[in-house]
Amino acid sequence: MAFVRWFRRHLVVIAGLLTLGYLLLPNVIVTVFSFNKPKGRFNYQWQRFSVDAWKDPCGVADMCGSLSLSLQIAVWATLGATLLGTMIAFALVRYRFRARGAVSSLIFLPMAMPEVVMAASLLTLFLNMGAPLGFWTILIAHIMFCLSFVVTAVKARVMSMDPRLEQAAQDLYAGPVQTFLRVTLPLAAPGIAAGALLAFALSFDDFIITNFNAGSTVTFPMFVWGSAQRGTPVQINVIGTAMFCLAVLLVLVSMAIGTRRNRRKA
Amino acid sequence: MAVVTEAPPPLTSTSPDKPPRRRGRWTPYWLLLPGILWLVVFFALPMIYQASTSVQTGSLEEGYKVTWHFATYWDALSEYWPQFLRSVLYAAAATVLCLLLGYPLAYLIAFRAGRWRNLIMILVIAPFFTSFLIRTLAWKTILADGGPVVATLNALHVLDVTSWLGWTSGDRVLATPLAVVCGLTYNFLPFMILPLYTSLERIDGRLHEAAGDLYARPFTTFRKVTFPLSTPGVVSGTLLTFIPAAGDYVNADLLGSTDTRMVGNVIQTQFLRVLDYPTAAALSFILMAAILFMVTFYIRRSGTEDLV
Repeated sequence: MAFVRWFRRHLVVIAGLLTLGYLLLPNVIVTVFSFNKPKGRFNYQWQRFSVDAWKDPCGVADMCGSLSLSLQIAVWATLGATLLGTMIAFALVRYRFRARGAVSSLIFLPMAMPEVVMAASLLTLFLNMGAPLGFWTILIAHIMFCLSFVVTAVKARVMSMDPRLEQAAQDLYAGPVQTFLRVTLPLAAPGIAAGALLAFALSFDDFIITNFNAGSTVTFPMFVWGSAQRGTPVQINVIGTAMFCLAVLLVLVSMAIGTRRNRRKA
Repeated sequence: MAVVTEAPPPLTSTSPDKPPRRRGRWTPYWLLLPGILWLVVFFALPMIYQASTSVQTGSLEEGYKVTWHFATYWDALSEYWPQFLRSVLYAAAATVLCLLLGYPLAYLIAFRAGRWRNLIMILVIAPFFTSFLIRTLAWKTILADGGPVVATLNALHVLDVTSWLGWTSGDRVLATPLAVVCGLTYNFLPFMILPLYTSLERIDGRLHEAAGDLYARPFTTFRKVTFPLSTPGVVSGTLLTFIPAAGDYVNADLLGSTDTRMVGNVIQTQFLRVLDYPTAAALSFILMAAILFMVTFYIRRSGTEDLV
């Protein structure tokens, strides 16, 4: 009976942890199989332990090239989407203007649209214009679908900012530029950073829209997709594992810095 | 009523929601211009191009012309209705599973995690940084024929039941509807958990105590207090899961077979391999219209129009 009572009290915790396990299981598999030495071309069955792939992560033709292309696109898409999105967010929160409803729906719609629809329609535009598919068409597409997410993230932050702080700066004879750079921007920074991080993750990992608009250019997700047909090198798992660890490490470091700063303030 | 009539006139000069300077009259338009232009040219305009492509006829060699050939829609629907139906069913199943699996985890992070909250949060988000294609391929290993998962399900006679229902075939899980739904659920689960967590976290913990003080049992508290207050999260979570799942073709391609093709697979093949642009555009247009219709209806029904 004691066990049943304990089980009932902790049912939510147990169910939640099981879900967490479901979410993390593939990552565990990816990590374990980065130490595999598969027979044949596919890395789906465990054979024996080896660190070969870790010693030579770029040993597969074209993989690291596609990785660096993905990083470049993600950086430019993040910069573009963050700049345009932040401007829209400020306009939405701080100003009155005509056609606000139309602007809001234009920003909401890309988030409520299946990727494949945006991808297909953008391709019809490029085909009609005769634009050569490649780096630029991918970048254009990525800025387009990241934009709305940046607007949402920055808008939430700017809405919670007190406009009186900026008025106070102006009462203290700060010019518009000075007010913006020294008061507004630092206050909005966490929202802008969140938006930029989201844009980077979305762009780097995008497959569907890229697949339609890349032509023969190969980004990292497209390389993985191609390898699922031709044979999966172990190095894919090495990259996946390394990025997972890097992300967790970065978050932990930034959190540690955050708590230290808070402690110093207190 | 006397109080209201004697209210002072509104202070027009220092009204907070008006821009302080007259010089800023054009500022919002300059701020909006580049981003909105980008969305008009690369989001709205393509939709119009797509609509026009869907009523064109012709061939790749001779070129396409707008002939208002609406029969393409009818042909596309009558040929590909099974894929449409499958998309809706798989996406709905994945959404329900995401809600069932995601709710306990969101609840755990919001109310029960204590000092582990940040760590669990990181573990929910961190998988995003490994390409989702790599993680989806990992399911091929997990659900492999004769692997531990399949062997266990077989020993428990679960696969007998699921084969009877048509979800799996024989003692295989891979290349069946179950594998595709499992992959969809996995891929879109974080999009359910995060909005659920956001709305659960806003709930005042004292409401639970109050419900307990009024002799509500834990389940009644959940049913009458917690769940109703988390509705905005449930609504945005279901939308964020259902919409991308309905248009997805990656899971159906990697984990499924030719019998599990969804409408996304058809659009992708028609557009990139068969190069039948009118059919692909018509299919994509139907998908878009169906999703927009469902989303509007759903938001109206659940009464959370201020959600967006």
